[in-house]
Amino acid sequence: MPIQYYIYLCLVLFSIGIIGVLTRRNAIIVFMCVELMLNAVNLLLVAFSKMHHAAALTLNPAATTGIEGQLFVFFIMVVAAAEVSVGLAIIVMLYRNTHSVDINFLNRLKN
Amino acid sequence: MSKLVFLVPLFPLIGFLANGLGRRFLSKPAVSIIGCGAILASFVVSLVLFFDVKANGGGTSTLFNFISVDNFSIPFAFQVDQLSSLFLLIITGIGFLIHLYSSAYMHEEEPQHFGRYFAYLNLFVFSMLLLVMGANYVIMFIGWEGVGLCSYLLIGFWFKNTNYNYAAKKAFVMNRIGDLGFLLAVFWLIFRLGTVSYGDVFANVSKLSTADITAVTTLLFIGAMGKSAQIPLYTWLPDAMAGPTPVSALIHAATMVTAGIYMIARSNILYTLAPATQTLVAVTGLATAVFAATIALKQNDIKKVLAYSTVSQLGYMFLGLGAGAYTGAVFHVMTHAFFKALLFLGAGSVIHAMHHEQDIRKMGGLKKYLPITHITFLLACLAIAGIPPFSGFFSKDEILVAAYAKNPLFYYIGVAGALMTAFYMFRLYTLTFLGNFRGTHEQEHHLHESPWQMTFPLIVLAVLSVLGGFVGIPELFAANAHSLEHFLEPVFAGSNAVAEHHHPEASQEWLMLAGSTAAIVIVIVLAVRLYKNYQPKEETSAGLSKALENKWYVDELYDALIVNPLNALAGFLKNVVEKSGIDGIVNGAGRLVGYGSRQLRLLQSGQVGNYILVMVLAIVVFILIWFNDATITRFFSKIF
Repeated sequence: MPIQYYIYLCLVLFSIGIIGVLTRRNAIIVFMCVELMLNAVNLLLVAFSKMHHAAALTLNPAATTGIEGQLFVFFIMVVAAAEVSVGLAIIVMLYRNTHSVDINFLNRLKN
Repeated sequence: MSKLVFLVPLFPLIGFLANGLGRRFLSKPAVSIIGCGAILASFVVSLVLFFDVKANGGGTSTLFNFISVDNFSIPFAFQVDQLSSLFLLIITGIGFLIHLYSSAYMHEEEPQHFGRYFAYLNLFVFSMLLLVMGANYVIMFIGWEGVGLCSYLLIGFWFKNTNYNYAAKKAFVMNRIGDLGFLLAVFWLIFRLGTVSYGDVFANVSKLSTADITAVTTLLFIGAMGKSAQIPLYTWLPDAMAGPTPVSALIHAATMVTAGIYMIARSNILYTLAPATQTLVAVTGLATAVFAATIALKQNDIKKVLAYSTVSQLGYMFLGLGAGAYTGAVFHVMTHAFFKALLFLGAGSVIHAMHHEQDIRKMGGLKKYLPITHITFLLACLAIAGIPPFSGFFSKDEILVAAYAKNPLFYYIGVAGALMTAFYMFRLYTLTFLGNFRGTHEQEHHLHESPWQMTFPLIVLAVLSVLGGFVGIPELFAANAHSLEHFLEPVFAGSNAVAEHHHPEASQEWLMLAGSTAAIVIVIVLAVRLYKNYQPKEETSAGLSKALENKWYVDELYDALIVNPLNALAGFLKNVVEKSGIDGIVNGAGRLVGYGSRQLRLLQSGQVGNYILVMVLAIVVFILIWFNDATITRFFSKIF
């Protein structure tokens, strides 16, 4: 499958994520959109890694070149998991205090 | 000898420290004893030095190295020779008498201020001794500034009176103008000769061009103008009468104001080699002598008359210096110190008796209340008027004869000034001591002769005023009788070798002496007759006498020409340049930052969405910028 398909898919996913973050006011949906962007990047990394590795194998059957991209994906997933746990905790606290998950209520530090 | 030299200024310094630091716990008698004792000890050492110098000649002694830079050094050295030993005697001798006088005159002061007074007075004597003992111009300058400081402190001694403070400030500022000239002269000497020691400068004087010498001497003379109250810097001296009367006697008559004469007499070789400056000195001195004498004719404050008289007499001394009669000028310094200190102390005694009344129109008939003061004051008046054989006659005559040799016109103007001197002194004497008492009844009731501490100095000074002239009997009366000239000969040897001496014919000199003396006697009789039955009248004077009463409006002229424009400039700088210029820049910068911040603050909306939008837009912008980069373009073209 040509790499272009992956790239288009990732672009679409990422753009959906950005638009969601910019337009939605519900904190949980914003959060989900952030995850969507992260996963678009993950997908792209995996796709490039696979392609790179395949190209290296044709020259040398024992090559490991190009698999670092997949390692990054794991990092991102771990960090994203940690982020989710903190972020959701914040949202829970937000809801307890304001009885809402609207991010426009998050401007109380102003003034 | 050199072992004793440092003691002379040391005693007054100790006295200053003891009185200054202990003024809160020392009693008045203790302060008086310390203050007078310090000067008396100094006087005794000075006497020893004087006779030593008389027998063995002078010398210098170096205490330590004061400034040393590369191969240039200024030692802290004292030079005691004929000239300085004579000044030492005048300063410590008259200084002691005036300290003694002050202990009675100032007895009404609180102990603390009494101590402060004596501390200042001792510091003054210390500075004055440094001035005359220094072996180079820098040490002289230290003393020069020290006496200026003490003058300032003592003029403003009664600092609660604002006018007195103004007088003190005026004296200080005017002196500073002169001091600048002195300082420039010292720098000039360092620049040209690389030394400031008298011995080296005078020995190397041939290395200087005439222009250099003229410049240095003129600058030094500007310094002397300030310190010795010559036109145009004389107006501080009459105002300096705000200080206590003994201070006027010591600082503003006998010692400090003669510092300029000492300095020129010390630098006599330089002046002899600069005839242009000599003429300047003579003309300035003569102009001051006559100008101040005219003002003194119409003053009504007993101390103001004496102040203008001092300015006038200092003018005569400069006339003598300018005419090359250095001995005559120093001689007049000495006799003037005697009789002018006596006049001031006598005036102090009168003021003391009159309970601080200084207006001579309200005195009169004090002869029978203050017999000792009266007699001594009369003797001093005769001395200053120049009646033979009182001391003023000899010294003034010597100066006038020298002036005649320089230019006969100087002589005639000088004699006119001398006649005015006789007139205003006897006007003062007559108004104060003769006629009827014109003060209030209560003042008359309290009139009393002063205590012995005040009359003793009067008597001593009266004796000196009468006899002091006999050290300088002119050649005309007896050959080789001028002992002062012989004593001072080594100091002025260099000048005498260079300058040619014109002396008028003996017959002409007799005529001049007799003529001027007769004229002076006539003027005295006239003054006494005119003011014997004086009654204060309610009339406003007009014309010339009004101008004289207002001191020729010189203060007003200075105000209009210098003080007011300076004040206006300062006001302009303060109100316009600083307020709108400098403050405007500072405040404008602050306001600009504040305004900018207020505008930038609007960007911080607090809406998370806005921030993210900005972030995304920024990323897009960055990508677009990078898009033009060749590598990026190649990368994108490869994958798409």
